[in-house]
Amino acid sequence: MASLSPTIAEPLLPPDEPHPDVELVARTRAGDNSAYEQLVKQYERQIFRTANHITQNREDAEDITQDVFFKAFQKLDQFKGDSKFSTWLVRIAVNESLMRLRKRKTSKTVSMDQDVQTEEGSIPRDFAEWRPNPEQIYSQSELGDILRKTIAGLPPGFRTVFTLRDIENLSTEETAEALKLSVPAVKSRLLRARLQLRERLSRYFRQKNEAPK
Amino acid sequence: MNCTDFLAKLTDFFDGNIEPDLMLEVKEHLGVCHHCEVVVDTTRKTIEVYRGSEIYEFPDDLSTRLRAAIMARCEKEACTPDGKLKARLKT
Repeated sequence: MASLSPTIAEPLLPPDEPHPDVELVARTRAGDNSAYEQLVKQYERQIFRTANHITQNREDAEDITQDVFFKAFQKLDQFKGDSKFSTWLVRIAVNESLMRLRKRKTSKTVSMDQDVQTEEGSIPRDFAEWRPNPEQIYSQSELGDILRKTIAGLPPGFRTVFTLRDIENLSTEETAEALKLSVPAVKSRLLRARLQLRERLSRYFRQKNEAPK
Repeated sequence: MNCTDFLAKLTDFFDGNIEPDLMLEVKEHLGVCHHCEVVVDTTRKTIEVYRGSEIYEFPDDLSTRLRAAIMARCEKEACTPDGKLKARLKT
C-alpha cells in the first residue's frame, strides 16, 4: 500500500532552535524594514493563494495580500510567537477574505458555518477508478480550469478548510487555530470537502468505459 | 468494520493518526471492499492534484508590484510625519 498520509512535512528544526522568522520579526520591531521585506517575500505567494482560494477573485486577493502584510506590520507587537509567524499571517488572511465575501454578499452573512450543515457530499456515490495519470490527460491550462471550477463549487467553509489543510499544508491543529474552530469540526469539514471534490473531479478523471452512476 | 465506520475514520487514516488495532481493522476492510479502496485512492489523488498544481498564477511582476506597495505603506507607518522612526519596542 502506498504512503497513507498525504502530508508533506516541513523541514524539522532542532527542538531548541528558534524558527528563523523569530529573528526577522525581532529585527523588524527594532526598525529594520529590510527584515520585514524578507518576511513578505517568503509568504506573499502563500497569502495571495489563500486569499484567492477563499474569495475566488484575483483582484480581491491582490488587495487582501497588501492589507494582510500592512496590518501584520502595524500589529507586530501583538505577535507573541505562540504560533508560527506564517500561521498568524494566514489567520489574518482568512479574516480579511471572509470579510470581503461578506461585503460582496451584503444581504447574506458569510461565516465558517455557512452551508456546512448539509450532509450532501458525505456519502460517496462514484466508485469508478480514475485513469492512471489524470494530469497527463489534460493540458496544464485545461487542468487548471477544471481544478478552479471544481473548488469554486464548494461552500466557503469547506473550501477554506481544504485550502489551509491540504493545499497550504497546515496541521489540523493550526487550521483549527486559524479558523477558530474545534479540531473535530475541522476534521468533519475536511472529510466532506475532500469527498465532494473527489466526486466532482471524478466526472473528468474516471475511466472512460465506466458510466457515471 | 463496515463502510460507514471506515468513512468516519477516513480523515484520521489519511493523517496517519489512527490506533494500531484500528489500523488493522481498516486494512482488513480495504482488503475486501473495492468501493472503499477506490474512495481512498481517488481521494488521495484529489489532494495530490490540488497540491501539485499552481492554479492561481503569481508572476514575478505581480510579486514586485505588491511588495513595493506593501513596503511603501509600511515605511510610511514606521515613520513620523517629519521622517523619524517611530518607537515600536515597548522596552
